[in-house]
Amino acid sequence: MSLTDQLVQFVASGVTQGSIYALIALGFVTIYNVTGIVNFSQGEFAVIGGFVAITVAHKISLFRGNAQVALEWPLPVAILIGVAAAVVVGSLLYRLGIQPARQASTLSQIVVTIGASIALRGMILLAWGTDPYRLTPFTSGAPLRLLGAVITRQSLWVIALTGLAVIALYLFFQYTLTGKALRASSANPNAARLMGINTNRMGLVAFALSAGLGAVGGIVIAPITFMTYDRGLMLALKGFVAMITGGLTNPFGAVLGGLLLGVVESLAAGLLSPGYRDAFTFIVLFLVLLIRLGRMRRRGATAAMAGL
Amino acid sequence: MSTKRFAPFTLLAALALVLAACAPAATPEPTQVPAPTQAPAATEAPAPEPTAAGPEQGDPYLLGAFFSSTGPVSSLGVPEANTATMVVDQINAAGGVLGPDGKLHLLELKMYDDQSDATIAVEVVKKLIEEDQVPVIVGGTGSPQSIGVIETVTTAGTPFISVASSSKIVNKDDGSQNTWVFKTPQQNLPVAQVQLDWLTAHGFTKVASLGVNNAFGGDSMAALRTVTAEAGIEIVYEGTFEPGTTDFSAQLTSIAGTDAEALVVHATPGEGAPLTVQFRDLGLQIPIIHNHGIGNRAFIDTAGEAAEGVLFPIGKLLVAEQLPDSDPQKATLLQYSADYNAAYGSAPSTFGGHAWDGLMMVKAAFEAVGTDSAAIRDYLETNVTNFVGISGIFNISAADHTGIGKESLVLVEITGGNWVYVPPSDYAGVP
Repeated sequence: MSLTDQLVQFVASGVTQGSIYALIALGFVTIYNVTGIVNFSQGEFAVIGGFVAITVAHKISLFRGNAQVALEWPLPVAILIGVAAAVVVGSLLYRLGIQPARQASTLSQIVVTIGASIALRGMILLAWGTDPYRLTPFTSGAPLRLLGAVITRQSLWVIALTGLAVIALYLFFQYTLTGKALRASSANPNAARLMGINTNRMGLVAFALSAGLGAVGGIVIAPITFMTYDRGLMLALKGFVAMITGGLTNPFGAVLGGLLLGVVESLAAGLLSPGYRDAFTFIVLFLVLLIRLGRMRRRGATAAMAGL
Repeated sequence: MSTKRFAPFTLLAALALVLAACAPAATPEPTQVPAPTQAPAATEAPAPEPTAAGPEQGDPYLLGAFFSSTGPVSSLGVPEANTATMVVDQINAAGGVLGPDGKLHLLELKMYDDQSDATIAVEVVKKLIEEDQVPVIVGGTGSPQSIGVIETVTTAGTPFISVASSSKIVNKDDGSQNTWVFKTPQQNLPVAQVQLDWLTAHGFTKVASLGVNNAFGGDSMAALRTVTAEAGIEIVYEGTFEPGTTDFSAQLTSIAGTDAEALVVHATPGEGAPLTVQFRDLGLQIPIIHNHGIGNRAFIDTAGEAAEGVLFPIGKLLVAEQLPDSDPQKATLLQYSADYNAAYGSAPSTFGGHAWDGLMMVKAAFEAVGTDSAAIRDYLETNVTNFVGISGIFNISAADHTGIGKESLVLVEITGGNWVYVPPSDYAGVP
């Protein structure tokens, strides 16, 4: 493999990995826009979605071998059940964790989501243990070649599904009544309530929606990088960085941020040292925050917040 | 709308950094009871039949053990603890140990769970030494737990047989051996020697080496460096990845850019399985050889088809039935397999074998010198020669507290979802 081929390969791998960050970041943005909080359980949604899909699609044993599951249902069904499970968990998290704390400060609610993520991770560990699990690739077949790079069929699924999710989300927010109500609740919660929009319900919808997005990410990546119980934290942090890079409230920015992060990581790991992969994520975060703060100083706070 | 609203995010970003810094190390088991609990020991083992002519019954001999029955390395610790219980039951059912005083002594196993935690390991070892006053200890499932208790057993003067693999358990920095510590698993050096034999059989001169960035991977990579340097084989790429990594595209792409003729991997199934899958997906045509870290079912189960053709050196237990009858360990291996299967209904793992070796050495020491700690230590150092165990044939000496080498290992190929023994004469033919 020549250096150019390698570069293409690094970018291709980066885009695949970045697509997952983008899906997680989209979930972050959706919840932030509607409720004003950053949901750090976002990564656990991906893990739950991935594990439930794997459990339904394969023969595996749970709870340290105390329970055997051999459903082996077809993959599309497994994927739907995986997404549904994450949606249920997301809704429960909102109902049981966030809604009762509605009067508390935003920061307190964010801490609730951090607590929830630790609790969820513990439950996942109890059920699935520490072993990695793999989901069968969506389509079998030899990897494809593009400009000297090797692209697995699953990578194409990852990229295609991310693109589809972005478009679907855009259409949902722009053209459906629920989508418009969600935007209204985020723009001005009081006015939205006066118009008869149930903002509590909108929070629930936002949590369910982003749990679903996270689960899609977790399921679609599981055939490539496997799923382990502790993936959630890193996924959430990467998604969070992508969200901030993309401008906090902008779904398209979040997607671009995710892809950028994936490519930067892949290039850094490949060209410099694999050990610095994660370090570069946080260098990106650091730079973005520095630039934002600088801009805020120059323009005054209001303009800077508009920029965010 | 001012700096105030921005502040939480700066705070969160800082929090994110802190969390990220903690992430790789933080794999606690959140659900466990903090206090170590005593496993049901074999105290109610049937008493030996009193025969008029038989030896007299003496006081029971105490035997200390601690394994990681719960926590991240419990997949290793559970078969070890099972083996300890089984071996003690077997010995007691046969009447006990015939001590040097001519009396039969039942064994009383004092066994604790260190919960895969090096700190708890030190606590339970102190308990074993101070409260239970055991003369000898077997255990320490993971290298961190074993290394953690070296100081405690050395201060107390209690011999300790470790079942973990790191060379740092027995080797001091100056190359001499820790006086009170022995271990039964192979060192990483003989593993690298088997890998080297296979590389030379193919006439390869350039290899890539990729390993997990922890004590296990580092030790194994260093061993490969040592043996290849002596044989004139060049390591054209050497890379690492953090424990828990699941995306290896960067490293594998770099390897594809070199002229390496084979890839040597130093990992456990957690990273080894996704690495192997991505290696195949990238379409790399060179053969891949792992080390003994992937020697359990989890690797084949998770890597699936990608595991086909993977080679790795490991102790003989996995392929005991396929060994030639001339192998001196074959009978012992088959006996242990059959016993373990009868007791627990599943095949034993290499790790349980490490515990078996340690316990049988202790039994031999009890028979020869009784329960004096210093005498047991001296016995282990000088009298364990040609000891046929599960992990190998042991020849422990003052200069080598492990006592097994390359001949205790076999090369195994994964074929059709199973481990297949590769005789040394066939190295050039695989994969």
